[in-house]
Amino acid sequence: MSEPRIGDVARKVRSKNAGPFVLTIDVFCADAGRFRAVCDALRTERIAALFGQAPELVRRFELDRLNVLKFSMPRPVVQGSRADRDMHASGWGWLVAELPLREGR
Amino acid sequence: MATRVLIPNGAIGLGFDEAALWRGVAMRPDIICVDGGSTDSGPHYLGTGTSKYSRASTRAEWRVLMQARAHAGVPLVVGSAGTCGTDATVDWMHDITRELARELGQDLKVARLYSEQDGASLARALDAGRVTPLWPELPISAGVLGECTHIVALAGAEAIQAALETGADIVIAGRATDTASIAALPLMRGEDAGAAWHGAKIGECGALCTSNPTSGVIVIDFDDTGFTVRPMAEGARATPDLVAAHMLYENADPDILHEPGGHLDVRGAIYEQADETGVRVTGSRWVGSGDYTVKLEGARAAGHQACSLVLLRERRYVEQARAWCDRLATHLESEIRARMGLEPDAYAMELRRIGQDATLGPLERAASAPCEVGVLAIFTASDQATALGLAKLANPFLLHDPLSDDEPQATFAFPFSPVEWDRGPLHDFCLNHVLHVTDPMKQFRLEVTNV
Repeated sequence: MSEPRIGDVARKVRSKNAGPFVLTIDVFCADAGRFRAVCDALRTERIAALFGQAPELVRRFELDRLNVLKFSMPRPVVQGSRADRDMHASGWGWLVAELPLREGR
Repeated sequence: MATRVLIPNGAIGLGFDEAALWRGVAMRPDIICVDGGSTDSGPHYLGTGTSKYSRASTRAEWRVLMQARAHAGVPLVVGSAGTCGTDATVDWMHDITRELARELGQDLKVARLYSEQDGASLARALDAGRVTPLWPELPISAGVLGECTHIVALAGAEAIQAALETGADIVIAGRATDTASIAALPLMRGEDAGAAWHGAKIGECGALCTSNPTSGVIVIDFDDTGFTVRPMAEGARATPDLVAAHMLYENADPDILHEPGGHLDVRGAIYEQADETGVRVTGSRWVGSGDYTVKLEGARAAGHQACSLVLLRERRYVEQARAWCDRLATHLESEIRARMGLEPDAYAMELRRIGQDATLGPLERAASAPCEVGVLAIFTASDQATALGLAKLANPFLLHDPLSDDEPQATFAFPFSPVEWDRGPLHDFCLNHVLHVTDPMKQFRLEVTNV
């Protein structure tokens, strides 16, 4: 059996613009157990490294009422600038979904 | 007193379930509000002062909404008209309205609220310390403000209220916060301010907070302790989790929403199933601030672009697409220098491999083995003729460039003739700032006409 990934444990991973300059990623989980597993796996430093950001620029919200883990950070490139590849920031969430649940795998 | 707001969808042009709309009209709303804009489709629209949605789509939906308004006998408000909410798109929407009023035999009072700003007076405000940055901070100067082709300020609920107070049947507002038009009437009538702003945020994307997002239509009842949101489509329902989760959507902070004149804090909000389809929300809090600020959005020109697309299908080239692109880029760089006399700092060239890493670029971690790879070549220069010249110069190399010098000539697939196309001017969002004002209407102008 292959290593489980975040996307196998979470119900849904969604990335989106929060205005032209901020990227926000929501990881929705079906229950408290999966939510805790995802929170443990996705350390803020791990997310920062994935997007090449300084950890202090990554804001983290653990919403236990909804079993959602949310990250907001400066958009890796400004929306619609020459280097942007994804106008609605739809693709960055896949990077999180495809991470192995266990680090270093 | 309760205030009932009918919201047809998240943005005019997206479409809505017409039967659901008429069900909403039958519930006797006090106002119909629809959003017309967003920055979410990129800087082109603000940069050029144009609408993303086609005139035909906008007109078709606005026609139904104007009929619904006449039937309900209440005001109809569109905020951020024509995607970017510039003066030109407000007038574009006004033209459509005038045309439809004639067609439908309606006599209407129409208020236009203009949000566009003048760079020179903003430069003076910057000097006076009245323009301050938001997170993440962007550099700003009089020069940046002067370079913007359009700058808009986001109108707050007070500006929409001023438009409603003219007694207008229809309000066409330029750029406004997504929530302002929905929150305006409930606030005017003294409903709970926390509920007004929270309900407006939940409702600004229409039925996205329900089990049938594409149906569009919802009705929100505001009162002095909370709000109740209900989808109008057959079989659709709102649930406490769907409604609560909508605070996350396109919002950097899930608990706080900044608006002109204060912020909404939903940490104490309680979400309950009110009945079969509706959700009741109480406990949201509005925290007023002594400092009234309006957010600024600006876009400036950032060069001109031309593109080409070539498809690699031969296995060997697909497997070595990255090496092929790297070799091609080096090759093109020297040809551009030799033939056009341009150094690499005078233009930008990018080869994006569709099928491998075109979405994520250097952040991509997945290995992919597609049967073909599309190479999207993007050329950016200070003027359109040079950008197209670069793309045309690249043409024979995109068609034939081999992986190594000692192999038979390769030929790749071009989908078009000519393979190059002009993308036109590129724009950049370049402001992430607020302007501090003493009067909420100061940056906005009202014009009332009868059509």
